[in-house]
Amino acid sequence: MPKDGGIGASSKRREDIRFLTGTGKYTDDINIRGQAYVHFLRSDVAHAKINGIDTSAAAAMPGVVQIFTGADFEAVGGIPCGWEITDRHGKAMQEPKHPVLAHGKVRHVGDPIAAVVAESLEQARDAAEAIELDLEELPAVVNMKAALVEGATKVHDDLDNNLCYDWGFVEENKGAVDAAIKGAAHVTTLELVNNRLVANPMEPRVAVGEYDRADGQHTLHTTSQNPHVIRLLMGAFVLGIPEHKLRVVAPDVGGGFGTKIFHYAEEAFCTFAAKAVNRPVKWTSSRSEAFMSDAHGRDHVTKIELALDKDNNFVAVRTETLANMGAYLSTFASSVPTWLHGTLMAGNYKTPNVYVNVKAVFTNTVPVDAYRGAGRPEATYQLERVIDMAARELGVDPIALRRQNYITEFPYATPVAVEYDTGDYNATMDKLEEIADIKGFAARRKESEARGMMRGLGINNYIEACGIAPSNLVGQLGARAGLYDAATVRVNATGSISVMVGAHSHGQGHETAFPQVVAEMLGIDESMIDIVHGDTSKIPFGMGTYGSRSLAVCGSAMVRATEKIINKAKKIAAHLMEASEADIELKDGNFSVAGTDKSVAWGDVTLAAYVPHNYPLEDIEPGLEETAFYDPANFTYPAGAYACEVEVDPDTGKVTIARFAAADDFGNVINPMIVSGQVHGGIAQGIGQALLESCVYDEDGQLLSASYMDYTMPRADDLPFYSVDHSCQTPCTHNPLGVKGCGEAGAIGSPPSVINAVIDALNSGGHDVKHIDMPATPAKVWAAMQS
Amino acid sequence: MYNFEFEKPGTLADAVAAMSADEAQALGGGQTLIPTLKQRLASPSVLVSLSGIGEMQGICMGDQGEMCIGGSSTHASVAAASGYRALSALAGQIGDPAVRARGTIGGSLANNDPSACYPAAALASGATIKTNAREIAADDYFEGMFATALDEGEIITEVRFPVPEIAHYEKFVQPASRFALVGVFVAKFKDGVRVAVTGASEEGVFRWSEAEAALSANFAAEALDGLTVDAEGMIGDLHGSKEYRAHLVNVITKRAVKAAA
Ligand SMILES: Cc1cc2nc3c(=O)[nH]c(=O)nc-3n(C[C@H](O)[C@H](O)[C@H](O)COP(=O)(O)OP(=O)(O)OC[C@H]3O[C@@H](n4cnc5c(N)ncnc54)[C@H](O)[C@@H]3O)c2cc1C
Repeated sequence: MPKDGGIGASSKRREDIRFLTGTGKYTDDINIRGQAYVHFLRSDVAHAKINGIDTSAAAAMPGVVQIFTGADFEAVGGIPCGWEITDRHGKAMQEPKHPVLAHGKVRHVGDPIAAVVAESLEQARDAAEAIELDLEELPAVVNMKAALVEGATKVHDDLDNNLCYDWGFVEENKGAVDAAIKGAAHVTTLELVNNRLVANPMEPRVAVGEYDRADGQHTLHTTSQNPHVIRLLMGAFVLGIPEHKLRVVAPDVGGGFGTKIFHYAEEAFCTFAAKAVNRPVKWTSSRSEAFMSDAHGRDHVTKIELALDKDNNFVAVRTETLANMGAYLSTFASSVPTWLHGTLMAGNYKTPNVYVNVKAVFTNTVPVDAYRGAGRPEATYQLERVIDMAARELGVDPIALRRQNYITEFPYATPVAVEYDTGDYNATMDKLEEIADIKGFAARRKESEARGMMRGLGINNYIEACGIAPSNLVGQLGARAGLYDAATVRVNATGSISVMVGAHSHGQGHETAFPQVVAEMLGIDESMIDIVHGDTSKIPFGMGTYGSRSLAVCGSAMVRATEKIINKAKKIAAHLMEASEADIELKDGNFSVAGTDKSVAWGDVTLAAYVPHNYPLEDIEPGLEETAFYDPANFTYPAGAYACEVEVDPDTGKVTIARFAAADDFGNVINPMIVSGQVHGGIAQGIGQALLESCVYDEDGQLLSASYMDYTMPRADDLPFYSVDHSCQTPCTHNPLGVKGCGEAGAIGSPPSVINAVIDALNSGGHDVKHIDMPATPAKVWAAMQS
Repeated sequence: MYNFEFEKPGTLADAVAAMSADEAQALGGGQTLIPTLKQRLASPSVLVSLSGIGEMQGICMGDQGEMCIGGSSTHASVAAASGYRALSALAGQIGDPAVRARGTIGGSLANNDPSACYPAAALASGATIKTNAREIAADDYFEGMFATALDEGEIITEVRFPVPEIAHYEKFVQPASRFALVGVFVAKFKDGVRVAVTGASEEGVFRWSEAEAALSANFAAEALDGLTVDAEGMIGDLHGSKEYRAHLVNVITKRAVKAAA
């Protein structure tokens, strides 16, 4: 019987009522009396020296309040990077300055040069056109290989070259890995590109800065996944505003997908300018601006080698990756190709030798940072593609080859420094074979062929590390922040509850799922509980939402705080019933004394806490409010097996997804419907990456795919109906809920199965095609068939 | 957007008068023009809306059995019309419901986007483009990418489509915009077959004469076997090379013939 409330129930997403009826409150809905509008004049060239900016004519235009340039920000800090990487040789990464407004040079199309604050947006735009720029164009650095050539044009003149870092992991393993590859019976080598993506959340970024002269209080309303991170970075590193004078509010946020984690120049600008002009200052990104100012995702070029012994056991994996950083280091850019990628290169397999080399490269392109999956999709894609290629070369069944090499005993310490606590990869593969009806594939292929279509089946595994992360560990790895989270459970006098959480919900459904946990623990109805999030003045210091961490980390903090509530409530109940605290039991919202028929209701206890007439005041304080911080002991390791079936049209190269199945192990599941929804969305993005989406620059650094006319977002009719299953559950061993995280799995697990399926289809049609880079557009697939 | 004056005349005569103003521009459904204005890529002084002119609305069958479509007719209204199924099907595939509810046949033909759908229908059907000043045969109307025979300020008031015996428009979409990467309209008349190709050529919509000859002799997909268009002169971009487009012209034409037959 499905439950109708609490943990395990598919409670309907309560937040959707406001989203679907147009009553959500987004940052752009915030309009403050007297606000002025800012328009950023952005570079339309990829690389140039700024010889002069003449704003005099523009400043005299109607409605102009003030015009800012890089010079106005000399006294403040630049946009910081939150993670320092130490390279193979023990050297710290090269970290360029990232000014709020370009200073000296522009380094990518979209780099903000000047900001016009005016009475209206149109006036700001008019004035921006009157700014006279003297730009001296420089050669653009676009291709990563060319960027690393000795003597290449430098994106940052004050750095040694365009190499941010040359990272080796685990450096000490390199010799053993090289030796294992040398002595292997078979080595499969694959070079591939992980395409550059633009996140494209439905809501573009918005920032509204406010300054209250009366008390020196700054407020930034912004489209962020993590308001406390923004407060920390912007307050401490950029503008020098102490925390108690800076409030950051992220109200309803219309999707983030990673790109709203980062601290952006526009946020710092609006906060700074609000004080400078003594008026609220608002910026709303246009979609065109989003394409050239939101951090992009992925953009790796990789060579991977998989070595096998004569019995097809994996003996070594070696990779060399170039990772595009773009023109500046975005907040977590440096960590994505390293710790979020290298640590997953063992995959689901007991390969004893793994070595990962990553060179991060500066180019004259938009900064690249975490995008749904962040590092793990890159790892999964390489590994699962090369395994498929090896199976094809060796003529063995790709499922059997994987099964043969699975890790089967847990905990398992990988050669890339992480310890998987639990998992059962055979179980998810069994489940996949069932829901994908792998047995029926041959018949379906025949049927497709009868219609003149080529049909392919692609499968893959994935594993990811979520729930980032143990703070002491990430500290050692270079993170410049802790990665705990926090929750305050505030029980009100009548028993209703507000839970203030550090996680931020921007599509994940926290407002529904989090109360289910508290309701379960207390035995009361979910409707008595609300979540408060997104405002640093209301919530405890939590680190926000990314890396599928909210439930595993913030949810655990909420459990701990609720446990404290229960402990205190039991004391109060014991007093009310004149019983011993040890005998108090909490069930279905009632406190009873074991072995008696005495009981008091939840509401009686909460009322007593706030109207403490009959109350053990000498022992405990009145009130019922508890906070807990939770710092995880390890990452969590969701894993799964995915299958994709495609049809390829031999005449046009068009790929159609015929079937898609996902068997995931997320540990315990709080709300199965929300989990399915997260997987659906993730798969849509993964299919988008595999077949449709591609952010393309020309050799001059001009963005060719700068609008939806050329950047292909997945549409409903590009996608099949999915079969998803999350009944295989090996609960996480180290967090109180046993949960692992499900937000990114779909995006991580789906691209390799799609490409594996395309390759399978082409080969079935007699085309000896070994690899196609994503996205597998009709034109690319057709070209592959011609060669 | 830059500021502009807005006029919404009720008659064609008033529209023609309004269009004589300096830097006046006609506004059809705005599906192309409004985004252009928003990006500040155009700065007309006066926008003359054509959507309030009764003479430019309505779809009917003419004396010679041709379909007469008012220049301000929306794609949705053409999609819903009866009398020329292939044309209605084409209109029903333009953009999405919002685009079809506003975009007009006059706007589409005046704009002559090299990837637009209507130009293929007009050219393959041998349509006549009626303006406030004259009638222009489709064969004389299309003059390359975004270029037409229209004079400055000239307004398309009506388009007349002879209805073929059988016809079909086959569209292979550009994945992002879903305009035609290659679109082929095949129309079989008593006296021969006309084939117009959109999306493919750097010269905009064109008639594929070899295919017309082959299909006029034998209206079957096999008649196109071995026929090719020269890749030189095809569009090569992010979404497909010149060679790919040249290849698709044959494939899509065959599909159009199969679907029509
Ligand atoms: C999302 C989207 C998808 C689309 N997909 C497709 C597609 O798949 N296939 C396709 O063919 N098109 C597509 N279009 C284009 C669409 O069909 C437009 O409606 C069309 O290109 C322009 O028509 P309009 O009435 O909107 O003209 P407007 O945008 O108002 O005007 C376009 C130009 O024509 C001029 N003009 C307008 N009406 C007249 C007239 N009667 N006489 C003379 N000049 C006139 C204007 O001055 C302007 O220069 C798409 C558009 C969008 C936004």
